Amino acid sequence: MLTLNINGKDQELDVPADMPLLWVLRDVAHLTGTKFGCGMAQCGACTVHVDGAPLRSCITPATAVAHGQKILTIEGLSSDGSHPVQQAWAELDVVQCGYCQSGQIMSAAALLAKIPKPTDSDIDQALSGNICRCGTYPRIRAAVKRAAEIG
Amino acid sequence: MNSINPVSRRGFLKGSAVLGGGLVVAFVIPGGHRFAFGAENQGEVFAPNAFLRIGNDNSVTVLLGHSEMGQGIWTGLTMLIAEELDADWSKIRVEHAPASAAEYGLPAFGGMQITGGSTSIWMEFDRYRQAGAAARLMLIDAAAKRFDMAPSQIHTESGVVIAGDKRVTYGELADDAGKLPVPDPASIKFKEAKDWKVIGKPTKRLDIPEKITGQAKFGMDVQFDGLMTAVVARPPVFGGSVKSFEGAEALAVPGVHKVVQVPTGVAVIADHYWAAKLGRDALKVVWEPGPNAGLDSQQLLESFRKLAATPGTSVSQAGDATVMLGRAAKTIEAEYSVPYLAHAPMEPLNCTVKITKDTCEIWTGTQFQTLDQMIAGKITGLKPEQVEIHTQFLGGGFGRRANPTSDFVSEAVYVAKAAGEPVKTVWSREDDIRGGYYRSAFLHQARIGLDADGMPIAWKHVLVGQSIMAGTSFEATMVKDGVDKTSVEGVSDSPYLEGLANHLIDLHSPQTGISVLWLRSVGHTHTAFVMESLIDELAEAAGKDPVEYRRTLLKAHPRHLGVLNLAVEKADWKAPLPDGHALGVAVHESFGSYVAHVAEVSQDNLAIRVHRVVCAVDCGIAVNPQSIAAQMESGITFGLGFTLHSKLTFKNGQVQQSNFHDYQVLRLNEMPVVEVHIVPSTDKPGGIGEVGVPPVAPAVANAVFALTGQRLRELPLQLSGV
Repeated sequence: MLTLNINGKDQELDVPADMPLLWVLRDVAHLTGTKFGCGMAQCGACTVHVDGAPLRSCITPATAVAHGQKILTIEGLSSDGSHPVQQAWAELDVVQCGYCQSGQIMSAAALLAKIPKPTDSDIDQALSGNICRCGTYPRIRAAVKRAAEIG
Repeated sequence: MNSINPVSRRGFLKGSAVLGGGLVVAFVIPGGHRFAFGAENQGEVFAPNAFLRIGNDNSVTVLLGHSEMGQGIWTGLTMLIAEELDADWSKIRVEHAPASAAEYGLPAFGGMQITGGSTSIWMEFDRYRQAGAAARLMLIDAAAKRFDMAPSQIHTESGVVIAGDKRVTYGELADDAGKLPVPDPASIKFKEAKDWKVIGKPTKRLDIPEKITGQAKFGMDVQFDGLMTAVVARPPVFGGSVKSFEGAEALAVPGVHKVVQVPTGVAVIADHYWAAKLGRDALKVVWEPGPNAGLDSQQLLESFRKLAATPGTSVSQAGDATVMLGRAAKTIEAEYSVPYLAHAPMEPLNCTVKITKDTCEIWTGTQFQTLDQMIAGKITGLKPEQVEIHTQFLGGGFGRRANPTSDFVSEAVYVAKAAGEPVKTVWSREDDIRGGYYRSAFLHQARIGLDADGMPIAWKHVLVGQSIMAGTSFEATMVKDGVDKTSVEGVSDSPYLEGLANHLIDLHSPQTGISVLWLRSVGHTHTAFVMESLIDELAEAAGKDPVEYRRTLLKAHPRHLGVLNLAVEKADWKAPLPDGHALGVAVHESFGSYVAHVAEVSQDNLAIRVHRVVCAVDCGIAVNPQSIAAQMESGITFGLGFTLHSKLTFKNGQVQQSNFHDYQVLRLNEMPVVEVHIVPSTDKPGGIGEVGVPPVAPAVANAVFALTGQRLRELPLQLSGV
């Protein structure tokens, strides 16, 4: 039994010791907004926040974040899509297939929490680990800047 | 299947009665495709081509037979209905319709339900508008009866029928409208383009809210009580098979329930993905490598080269290219090649299957519902119509999710059948990269003769690469006289060859044991690269500016010229650039649309940097300019991925790449600034989902030549050290 603090709530979950956080979230806690893309921290689709920092949940054993760390998933970012990053994403019509976008949004939100007015180079650093095959990159860059304005 | 079906009509009427006062309107539009609209919660209604449901709460629900995979069809097709319906856009909702060839089949695809080939908007342009228009007429008729007025005195506006000083919403009229006869499709008159309020207006996507909150359901997200997850161990070599396997250690992994053999390999079935994956890691399989264990990329290319030196199947021939080459003032000879490519959509392939005595339910993101139904029917012994497909959002398709063999669906059906319980079969990224159905490698060789003015007078061209269509259900229509159209599109119909009195195009379609498939823009992925690079080579040989040279060659092709001129004007072709930067241009038609890109590049040691791509597109009537811009950005990103990085290679029969660390695609830090300019047009709509891809590689390669003098004839582009 592990106790994970997910989106502000402690949850007791019966999972194998080596199970990555991604699969605990998706297959056990049924929070499917966090996506499986590569399984080796190459694509960023699985990005969640742990104590505010972005983390690739696909290679992180759940046991490593079971010591009271606060895990935030896309489902907990806002109750209604009103986080500034989500607002900017909607305003600039960023999404296409949408599969990578939870990870993109979580990476962007973590960046803005750390650097409220990011430069292009900050955006490159924070988001180049998140692959989008549809090519929403230009709009992601613009939306991160817009989210910084919305604050 | 395309005729008006009175049984279905009765079925519909019955459905309407079940509702008791429910409001369902069905109508028929030309081509025999039926559309209907009716109440919310309408329960059993006959399955039409598309549904337009108008609820008592004034909601308008559009059910699409097409699959949303990022291309924006959720919004684009809905705009067509909304335009003629005069719908209140804020009240519109969209859902994927249940799969049904009889109702959703496309005549141009042999009656099959499919999303692909950049066809959705142009194929549906009339009938979706008819759907909206007919519904509107019925609502007006209902109001005319209610208020005892002539329909001509009544008009509509944003979900409201206005009859003199009376205003009544569509929802309030839907009951009455449902009882009226369906208008004769011939009587339906479309709005004139000048009166359009929706078509042509940049419109945001309707699927944003669920996609920015993690609520959108992809196939991967399907979960229900009792659902197991499987991963499949597949042969490491194409054409290999299971010799024997030992499942005890896999079964010892906590959470693993079963290990079963299926035609494609051995499936490990578990409570969740992680257990299934660990189970597969522990599984011991002895593989029979089969006939392709010697596959090797270098040897394959050599074998393609040998073939190119022999006569192939004739694609097109005019005059005597050989004689004219002998008379040329100058001759250009070049060989181009492109590697095998995986589609690598962000959502790894997956498919959930639940089989009962008389149904097979499937939840997946598919581009090809009809074949999936047929193949799942065969495997389960059910009729195709007993196979219910719940189409989920596709986490990218790029062609991979429309497969003539329905590979990932059929495998999942076999797994669920063998397991005897509902199973979601999930592919890992490694399974996806190594799983075949690639864009084929291609080799092109060309010999082109120029006259004293530097203009082409003779062109010999040979292509070598695998046929996608051979051996599939598309062979009869897509392979003519041994030529798979998708192998040569972009060369065989090139405007540069069209007027050339002396040319010869040959094709070789070798079989290699590697499964191949269409990848976004199909043959144009390589033919545009080759043709537009070659034209640049000719311009260079002629000592002419690449833009001026193209203008001369394309003078009888106004739409090519239109995008070329717009792109070079917006990119400021002649203006000075920063030191170490250069421009390249390419123009290409595909899927009925015309695109020109101007790329600005620099180099950083041996790395190519693309700073800016200026794109001009002529896709006829621009239904949703917002979506067109997004698709151009998308196509440019996709094209840059395989222009700069992506490549699959084989050694000892095995694919050497496995995940995004060694099968690289474009990342955000490499993304250039993209500008999209749309040519205003009243021509009928063309495709948009794929057409931004083809001119990317040649525009970049031409810019690299302008910058470095290196003519790179192989993808991905690789500068050599100087």
